[in-house]
Amino acid sequence: MTTRPDHRVPTAPENDPPDAATPILRLDGVDAFIGESHILHGVGFTVPAGQITALLGRNGAGKTTTLRSILGLVERRGSIDLDGQDVSGSTTHDVVRRGVGYVPENRDVFAGLTVAENLRLAERPGAGHRYDLVHELFPRLKERRGQRAGSMSGGEQQMLALARALLNDDNRLLLIDEPSQGLAPNLVREVAVALEQMAQLVTTVVVEQNLAVIRHMARRVVVLDQGRVVHEGSAPEFFEDEALTQELLGVHHGGAHR
Amino acid sequence: MTERHTTGTGTTAAHVRRVVVVALLGLAVAIPFLNREVPFVFDGALDSPGVLHLLALMLVFGALALTYDLLFGFTGLLSFGHALYFALGVYGTVVVTSELGLGFGSGVLLVLVAGLVLPLVVGAVCLRVKDIAFAMVTLAFAQAGAIFVVRDPLDVTGGELGRSLPFREVPEAFVGIVNTRNVYWLALALVVVVYVVAHVATRSPAGRVWQAIRENERRVEVLGLSPYRYKLTVLVLASFLATACGVVYVLVVGGANPRVTTSTFTLTLLVMVVLGGAGRLWGALVGGMLYTYLDHRLAELATSPSMQDLPAVVRVPLSEPLFALGVLFVIVVLFVPGGVAGLVSRVRPARTGRGGGDVATAVAGGSRTGTVQQPDQAATGAAHDGARHEHEGAAR
Amino acid sequence: MTTFLLLTVTGLGLAGLYFLVASGLSLIYGLMDVLNFAHAAFLTVGAYASWLVGTELTGVLPVGVVFVVALLAGLVVGTLVAVLMELGLVRRLYGDHVGQVLLTVGLLLAVTALARAVFGSDPVRVVVPDWMNEVTRIGGAAVPNSRLVVIVTAALVFAGLMFFLRRTRYGLVIRAGVENRDMVSALGIDVGRAFTLVFAIGGALASLAGILTGAFFGTITAEQGTSLLIFAFIVVIIGGLGSIPGSALAALAVGLLQQYANYYGAVGMGDLIVVAMLAVVLLVRPQGLLGRVA
Repeated sequence: MTTRPDHRVPTAPENDPPDAATPILRLDGVDAFIGESHILHGVGFTVPAGQITALLGRNGAGKTTTLRSILGLVERRGSIDLDGQDVSGSTTHDVVRRGVGYVPENRDVFAGLTVAENLRLAERPGAGHRYDLVHELFPRLKERRGQRAGSMSGGEQQMLALARALLNDDNRLLLIDEPSQGLAPNLVREVAVALEQMAQLVTTVVVEQNLAVIRHMARRVVVLDQGRVVHEGSAPEFFEDEALTQELLGVHHGGAHR
Repeated sequence: MTERHTTGTGTTAAHVRRVVVVALLGLAVAIPFLNREVPFVFDGALDSPGVLHLLALMLVFGALALTYDLLFGFTGLLSFGHALYFALGVYGTVVVTSELGLGFGSGVLLVLVAGLVLPLVVGAVCLRVKDIAFAMVTLAFAQAGAIFVVRDPLDVTGGELGRSLPFREVPEAFVGIVNTRNVYWLALALVVVVYVVAHVATRSPAGRVWQAIRENERRVEVLGLSPYRYKLTVLVLASFLATACGVVYVLVVGGANPRVTTSTFTLTLLVMVVLGGAGRLWGALVGGMLYTYLDHRLAELATSPSMQDLPAVVRVPLSEPLFALGVLFVIVVLFVPGGVAGLVSRVRPARTGRGGGDVATAVAGGSRTGTVQQPDQAATGAAHDGARHEHEGAAR
Repeated sequence: MTTFLLLTVTGLGLAGLYFLVASGLSLIYGLMDVLNFAHAAFLTVGAYASWLVGTELTGVLPVGVVFVVALLAGLVVGTLVAVLMELGLVRRLYGDHVGQVLLTVGLLLAVTALARAVFGSDPVRVVVPDWMNEVTRIGGAAVPNSRLVVIVTAALVFAGLMFFLRRTRYGLVIRAGVENRDMVSALGIDVGRAFTLVFAIGGALASLAGILTGAFFGTITAEQGTSLLIFAFIVVIIGGLGSIPGSALAALAVGLLQQYANYYGAVGMGDLIVVAMLAVVLLVRPQGLLGRVA
């Protein structure tokens, strides 16, 4: 295993408690549509509680759509079991109120709102709000609470997006899409550290192209290709298997994607 | 599965259709010779001037609705300014024949040239923006036209009263009650010409690009085509035909009235097309004719003696045809996507074409830019999968 | 000079009416992508409801009280109609923007026709307290009080809207929703309730505009709403869809320019200039002057 030396990301916990394998999310036969286009074809996988599951695949494989179909942001069919309840017919806000935090691919912070307003909007009634934790993880957000989110750098916007997902203490699942996309290397590291800490608290599903970020964190991988699951299993075993990663992701073993 | 798989039986269907069209056309040509009453449908015999006048109006508005369908139904351009070009034909004919003394034929020719130039200029500006902004800017231009007509700064339009056609300048064959049948045939010829032009245009390579723009403009761009040029082409074509409709309209009603410039009139064009079925030529034609028929009959009904016996709750709303038509329109939008054409397709499911019902949803996709998803991997996936599945005909 | 002052005050009053209609339109469009033609119907309904109550109560109560009661009645009815329309009809076509536009077009045509059928095509005189028709001297110009009332009301509404959008949670939801509806629901917020809310606000402001139009011109007609709507659309586009300050700014520009040009220029010049202004703005700055809320 060769990692680029500048990526000193922490390694995944060695020993999980046995009950960590209880699934918090289970997809079964999920089809999703965007307009007239059929994007996902019978996607099914499970996400065990208490660890990071990486959702991988080439561009256009349907990773983002998978996250969006869990949230009901695209039209979907099939079974989506969230902690024992089928949410495949639920509206987006109902799914989220069951304790889901979402960090979309392009961050989607509200550019015209201040940092404080962005966080205030994320506060869910009935939940505790972990401002201390958020400000500890991302001190810059505290400094810039009065600044308009649109005027911040990409990295700062990413932190705000992560903070928004982490804020409510009744969240039990985080869906995070391409957290390192478009960030400078030092920011990638910062975000990776934050992700790692967040994942200690909440079960996390991450879509990530940058394998260097994800390979030491993830316990499980699900690989998509053309809207279908083509591999599901242990992350360390997957990353060990050079031929398999090459075949499914088209990347060289151990190399960062970009 | 879609139509592509049923083309085997399509040839006989096409044959039947051709026979029906020829028979209907023959009947339409023969109507001025039919001295027959059609109880409840028309007051008077078919060959009476009153009925022929109404039929001619129905034909003109049917043709006009057809031209609007090229924009809205086929290309997905939600224009609120189509009345402008119809009004150009209407007012242009009256003003040119009254003021310039060129003779009727050259005058009309001049108006038709204007019917090419004006949409080219205005369209070139309007099409710089898309979707709702396009709708608004076309509405504004049409409003400018309406203001020009009503305020009449050049003292040519007759302001709020309108202006009648100088009949001495008009060919005798189209003047007077005795010649109503000639005007009727002229309107019928207009419908045939507009229909044939629209039919050929929508089946041409350009016509297929228009429909592709309606479905997904971005994909057309990706293919290396310029949607702007295609949209301008269809806008100029539809507007030119609308101007021609305006010319015939003047001959039918004998003058120009500011009513045809108002925003309400533009909105009624939309009502006609949706009522008949957007994206279907014959649907739009039927919609325009049906709307005009209902409009006139309801107005007559409102003043008929039998109405006076009805309770006020029923009588008062029915005194305004637009109320009933507006409600009918709302019902169609909510419950009958595809209008009349959609209903027919539903009765005969073997021949689902580009159903009007798809149009609204297809156009609905592109809207404001602010919240449209970034071209993320899902969208890329959509493009790939979309292309693939179109070939398989596996639409939802 | 006094003419100019009078033109300015009239232009400001007109701007106030435009703003009342445009702000609701802008919020509805910004949040829901619905180009709400039925907005003019709210205006018509509010104006006639107020007129009905006003005529019923005239002679029974003092004129001032009648005016206030009629105003409130018009507001309530207009708001209710807007809310019912959103819940009962517009919501059924959620996601189908063109269908929603068509729906509101149909409602506008039907309501306008109904108003004409019930109240006739002739202008209807509205009852206002006498002092509204009196004049106040401002810099030598005799300004009708009704114009001042419209200007002050519009200014108060602007301030109230800004406070609501900037300082309340629902305002926050609306501002965020204008930027990105999906993300708001992905934070667990029911955007549908915000939809109903903006329709209620839009309905209330439009009926207020309808009632004040009656006070401004002395009469109401069934078509007034539609003609006001078109200029309100122009204001919304020039100001930037979804932006309340933008609508305010554009309303001022349109109202004043229209008055000045109509008086100093040729007949109908002001109206045409406004249309030309729209075309220029769309070509130079398609997102409008201020393309965002607050």
